[in-house]
Amino acid sequence: MDVSVNKSLASNSFRPATLKRKRRLNEGLIETILFMVGFLTIFVTVGIVIVLGDQALLFFNDPEVTLVEFLTSTKWVPAIGEFGIWALVSATLTTSAIAILVAVPLGVSAATYLSEYASLRARSVLKPILEVLAGIPTVVYGYFALLFVTPILRSVFDNRIGVYNMLSAGLVMGIMILPLISSMSEDALSAVPNSLREAAYAMGATKLEASLQVVVPSALSGIGAAVIVGISRAVGETMIVAVASGATSDFTFNPLKAAETMTAHIARISGGDLSYNSVDYNSLFAIALMLFLVTLVLNLISQWVISKFREQYE
Amino acid sequence: MARFSYPEKQDLQKFVAARYRKAWIWQLIFMATLLVAIVSLAALLLNVVDGAFGYAAFEYKKDPAQFSDKPIEELNREELLAVLQENLSTGAYKKLDNESPMEKRSQIELYYLVQERLLQVDTKATYSLFDSLFNRHEIETEVGEKYPEARLEFRYWLTPAFVTSPMSSRAEFAGVRTAVLGSLWLVGIAILFALPVGVGAAIYLQEYARKNFLNRLIQTNINNLAGVPSIVYGMLGLAIFVRAWEAFTSGAMFGITDTNGRTIMSAGLTMGILVLPLVIINAQEAIKAVPDSIRQAAFGVGATRWQTIWSHVLPNALPGILTGSILAMSRAVGETAPLIIVGASTFISVDPSGPFSKFTALPIQIYQWTARAQPEFHNIAAAAIIVLLILLLTLNASAILLRNRFQRRY
Amino acid sequence: MQPEIPQYAIETRDLSIYYGPFEAVKNVDLKIEKQKITAIIGPSGCGKSTLLRAFNRMNDFVPTSRVDGEILMHGTNLYSKDIDPVEVRRKIGMVFQKPNPFPKSIYDNIAWGARINGFKGNMDELVEQSLRNAALWEEVKDKLKKSAYELSGGQQQRLCIARTIAIQPDIILMDEPASALDPISTLRIEELMQELKKNYTIIIVTHNMQQAARVSDYTAMMMLYEDTRSGTVIEFDDTKKIFTRPSDKRTEDYVTGRFG
Ligand SMILES: Nc1ncnc2c1ncn2[C@@H]1O[C@H](COP(=O)(O)OP(=O)(O)OP(=O)(O)O)[C@@H](O)[C@H]1O
Ligand SMILES: [Mg+2]
Repeated sequence: MDVSVNKSLASNSFRPATLKRKRRLNEGLIETILFMVGFLTIFVTVGIVIVLGDQALLFFNDPEVTLVEFLTSTKWVPAIGEFGIWALVSATLTTSAIAILVAVPLGVSAATYLSEYASLRARSVLKPILEVLAGIPTVVYGYFALLFVTPILRSVFDNRIGVYNMLSAGLVMGIMILPLISSMSEDALSAVPNSLREAAYAMGATKLEASLQVVVPSALSGIGAAVIVGISRAVGETMIVAVASGATSDFTFNPLKAAETMTAHIARISGGDLSYNSVDYNSLFAIALMLFLVTLVLNLISQWVISKFREQYE
Repeated sequence: MARFSYPEKQDLQKFVAARYRKAWIWQLIFMATLLVAIVSLAALLLNVVDGAFGYAAFEYKKDPAQFSDKPIEELNREELLAVLQENLSTGAYKKLDNESPMEKRSQIELYYLVQERLLQVDTKATYSLFDSLFNRHEIETEVGEKYPEARLEFRYWLTPAFVTSPMSSRAEFAGVRTAVLGSLWLVGIAILFALPVGVGAAIYLQEYARKNFLNRLIQTNINNLAGVPSIVYGMLGLAIFVRAWEAFTSGAMFGITDTNGRTIMSAGLTMGILVLPLVIINAQEAIKAVPDSIRQAAFGVGATRWQTIWSHVLPNALPGILTGSILAMSRAVGETAPLIIVGASTFISVDPSGPFSKFTALPIQIYQWTARAQPEFHNIAAAAIIVLLILLLTLNASAILLRNRFQRRY
Repeated sequence: MQPEIPQYAIETRDLSIYYGPFEAVKNVDLKIEKQKITAIIGPSGCGKSTLLRAFNRMNDFVPTSRVDGEILMHGTNLYSKDIDPVEVRRKIGMVFQKPNPFPKSIYDNIAWGARINGFKGNMDELVEQSLRNAALWEEVKDKLKKSAYELSGGQQQRLCIARTIAIQPDIILMDEPASALDPISTLRIEELMQELKKNYTIIIVTHNMQQAARVSDYTAMMMLYEDTRSGTVIEFDDTKKIFTRPSDKRTEDYVTGRFG
């Protein structure tokens, strides 16, 4: 559309050629500046990759560290030169898995209700509640996990569960991600054309059958994208785990135990007084690089899935 | 075709009734999930309020009778001032007076000062609001048994003084003024950076960009940046702003020598980059919502592209852009992880004096206080959370007001 | 009193349909014969779809819609309190203007409706039989597991007809079923309707006069009241009569293309 407008503008113009060129120069300058501003965002990504990669390289060049050990070992004890990422990954996986197990069923079911069942009035009350939930800073969720959920869990599990544990952090993280999953799923559900609902009803389906067996499956890839974004959010979440899941870098998948995620470890170590260029300091960049790559891949997949999903119903 | 292989007549009715029952149960389940969300939100908010008020058991190292015949809490402003003047050393009094004139301090501020400096209060136990309201007797007996010396007092941890006092290492006297100011400073810097850059990028992508590989790359990249974990931005800020650009961010370039790169400037720029994708995406939406007819009309009277954008597209998109920016600001206010990485100071009791000073921020204080073992710090964490939530509420409410006020009327 | 032996598939009595305060269809009395094809014709916006969708209670999904009067199916009022809309739709199938297969396999498109309606029997047989009856079997028998979206528009529409006949309704409603199709697909669907009418009562809405004349036994002509903008049936008769010597001048103008 832009191009055609421009052409018609040019052909209807009776101005002398010199005037035209001058105007273009000016316009061109503005366009160039705006382009450079837009292009700046690419530098942010490039900057992240270079900064993290550069320091991570320093880390791997250290004689104490090997890439193989980093990627395979389950011990993370910087003091004695043990850098096995799995000690941290195990906690990241456990807390994220709990969060996803909470957020996906709740989020998709909430989205189904909002998109297929709720009246306009119910929606206008329920949506803002989810938005408020989405807008609460994660450090507040951390407080909630440590001082509300953990005491409850401790009264349920007695002393089998510590003050710091992954279960509490995971559960609260699930609540935190719920609005994200529900709003993305709802977008996917409402993108399903009405003609499919009508087709289902015309065959004698109940509302449940139409929703669960026709509409939800039709939106499945969009919902899948929501789940992927949710996973990426959970993996990258820092404050809830930093506050509630403890500071021991043990290799464990037991949700009742305390364990430190990749993000919480970065936060704790960098929060202390760490000398620049030590192995410990550089190790944080190696962890962050992994975190970045994992979330990048997840985000790319989800974007790709969403664009395919949109095509399907266009 | 087998004609009678479907339930008919009575069977059909029974069959449909069974399906309706199932549908009904599922509908309840769907509703229940939303109930979970509502209950969680309510629990979270109540939990915070629960922590911000309640009984606290204090002991005084010095006997109050030593300073005044009347109970200290009944003294008025003038009497408190007199007590302080009498019992503090002249040097200490002068110092306090310099921080903020004693004559101008409120009754509650002076009261706290007496508690802190003269009585030397020591909190033994604190109780939640819920307990304080419903289990008063148990609390009284418990305190009587465990801390026979202690005085039980209903404590409002969130007070005007809490908002206006600077940091203190004692939970009883700590306030969030330094933290709030730090947060405001860094959000200001963040938005000063993100707004022009973000709107520029959005204009380019919506109004100029042709569909080619490079522009698609830019767009995909922006969408991706929106999903990068905030802690990664913290690492970026640490390496670039705190270290590589230390000469600038520490203010050394401008002759400031007392800090390193861990300043408001570093944190603000980090936050600015963090919210940039958000600002761009919101601004794109706002620009997209301006109908094409407005552009056609401007082109039709011979305006250039930039004239069209400047005098027609942007004014119409402005409310949307501002709303989006306010939302980005509220994101920046609540972000914690990047600040930890960039190195917010945890203990700092002087107000930030400019972009090159050390700082702390509201979420950082909440994090620090929550992580402390002593329960009274949890109480002030709760109070600080309320301050933070009110700040966010104000931001969001103004965004909504703005949106409603300038609702487009095409 | 002897129960009246129902003679018609559908009978409407003084039927009016509202959207909020707006009366979209007014005072319609129709008697639709069993195992015949009845066409509903009329200018755009005169309420044809509204009327058709009232027959299987699809208008229930428009929150503002309301029905006055009676629609009797084999003698029972479809809108009386104790009637269940799901059962009604089970008995009165519908084919829409735009083909709307489910994003499932060809096989599942047919099997799904059968399954939810409690079909007991050999599913493979049912699928094959329905596809054969819809004149689609030969074209798709080798790709039953493929997505229905891989079919052409005409094939998709026949698939929609197949899945409707698979649940064995008594009546099939068709709202401009061929309007999105090319002439050859249209022809196939028309042949199919002739075939189906042996077992089913069919009501079809169409804008295509030739089509109505070709396929239908009866035709209802709808028109708007000038003042209220409500639609009503102005003439209902043998298709031949409607197209050769209509009693209403407006019908004549419309079917000969001199309308408006
Ligand atoms: N869901 C609805 N809500 C409100 N009004 C509606 C709705 N559906 C249809 N109408 C109105 O009812 C009237 C009849 O519409 P209907 O779709 O039945 O016409 P139609 O004869 O099928 O037209 P066409 O030939 O264009 O399909 C129109 O004035 C229309 O605006
Ligand atoms: Mg219609």
